[in-house]
Amino acid sequence: MSSHDDASVVVDILSGDEELEPVSRLVRACIQCGTCTGSCPNAFAMDRQPRELWRLAVMGQSREIFSSRTFVLCSSCYMCTLRCPRGLELTEAMARLKQIAARKQAPVTRTGNTFYRQFLESVRRHGRVREMEFMTLYFAAMKNPLLPFRFASVGVRLMGKGKLHLQLPQKGRGALDSIFKKVAELEVTG
Amino acid sequence: MTYAYYPGCSLEGSAREYDTATRALMAALDVDLVDIPDWTCCGASAAEAISELLSLALPARNLALAESMDSIRDILVPCSACYLNLKRVDNVIRHDPEQLARINSVLEVDQLMVKGASVPRHLLDILSRDIGSKPIFDRVTRNLGGLRIAPYYGCQCIRPFPVFDDPEAPRSMEPLIEACGATVYPWTVGGRCCGAAHMNTKPDVGTALVSGLLEEARGADAVVTVCPMCQMNLEAYQRRVSRAAGSDLRISILYLPQLLGLAMGLSEKELGLGYNLAITDDFRRKLNGLSPAEERRRA
Repeated sequence: MSSHDDASVVVDILSGDEELEPVSRLVRACIQCGTCTGSCPNAFAMDRQPRELWRLAVMGQSREIFSSRTFVLCSSCYMCTLRCPRGLELTEAMARLKQIAARKQAPVTRTGNTFYRQFLESVRRHGRVREMEFMTLYFAAMKNPLLPFRFASVGVRLMGKGKLHLQLPQKGRGALDSIFKKVAELEVTG
Repeated sequence: MTYAYYPGCSLEGSAREYDTATRALMAALDVDLVDIPDWTCCGASAAEAISELLSLALPARNLALAESMDSIRDILVPCSACYLNLKRVDNVIRHDPEQLARINSVLEVDQLMVKGASVPRHLLDILSRDIGSKPIFDRVTRNLGGLRIAPYYGCQCIRPFPVFDDPEAPRSMEPLIEACGATVYPWTVGGRCCGAAHMNTKPDVGTALVSGLLEEARGADAVVTVCPMCQMNLEAYQRRVSRAAGSDLRISILYLPQLLGLAMGLSEKELGLGYNLAITDDFRRKLNGLSPAEERRRA
């Protein structure tokens, strides 16, 4: 490895450290007992167990954490938070990791983030989510022509029941524009 | 009794029968619901994944609107995800003055302010603690005897805030189901996660979780839920899940107020039963009168 690469790795790790700091603080008292892993309904599908993730967070190993899909698989069931013998807010820590990854636009979060961003886009426009519009926005943003077919069967049944209405995305002034704008402003200034 | 009512977005769309049934049940129990005027989305699981401040501001906006409703303190929330979002912010408002100031500096742009004067409460909380099983029992006109009902609580109405039930082994639905004459189907996964949005973004994982639950429900006549996402996960993918599991896992899935309403003599139409995606023929047969075997045994 050249010295240039070394330097960029150091910078990468350091910048990771800073963002990871609030998460490290949340899990600093972790005793590595593994109750979280044993309680997690999604652990079977994770490449790293939740217990490992907390250790990596304490060590500031940003790269390992964000190349894993463990935190993306958290379904916010709060079982680990409930059972943690140290009383740590582990579900909150997972949520913080999702937020950092969303800001970094980490590849593991692409599907989830696109899904959530289009959801919020529909909310910004109308105040309430309009399910059909949101799914249309999601399909368009994912640019995967096969994706809609995965939802076709459920979508058709919902429409058959009159629960969904075909709706094309509408442009223009949104109902929650001012709130979204203010949040963005405050997040930049901190 | 009067409550402010926060239906949430799902109850206007894919879970409209949950809205219909909740309103019909409450009317039959002489409970008044007043919609929060101009309510907006709570942020669902989307805001939390993208921005912490947005995940606080969106629910807080609705709490602020509820506070402006005269002489009503409690907000009835049927959706567990909405409930948790409102509850989380309620908790922040009460314990974190710094965050409260941040939230209010966002709400200010809509001329709103939140103080913590209203209390978000889950439908199941209100049914099990404010109303209780007695008024339901007293109004039963169609005894659901012979039906085995598996109560499914999911996660977010019982965790992380253990307000009205045990967060590991919830039982608050049992007296309500028994008041209808039905039998509580004994299972231990009533509080196990259905995978939430995984069914959309990570279908392999979602399918495995739902499959585990439907396997456990084998032997029950129906599962009752108190959350639109749980309901959708359990009812909408039964064919796919059955195919993956290699066995028929189809079963009826109802919202709790639909079941209670059926026992209290409300019509299927009043309870929006036609909108459910998984009501089996067997369940309908049982509902429309006792099965022949049952009649023989009784005779």
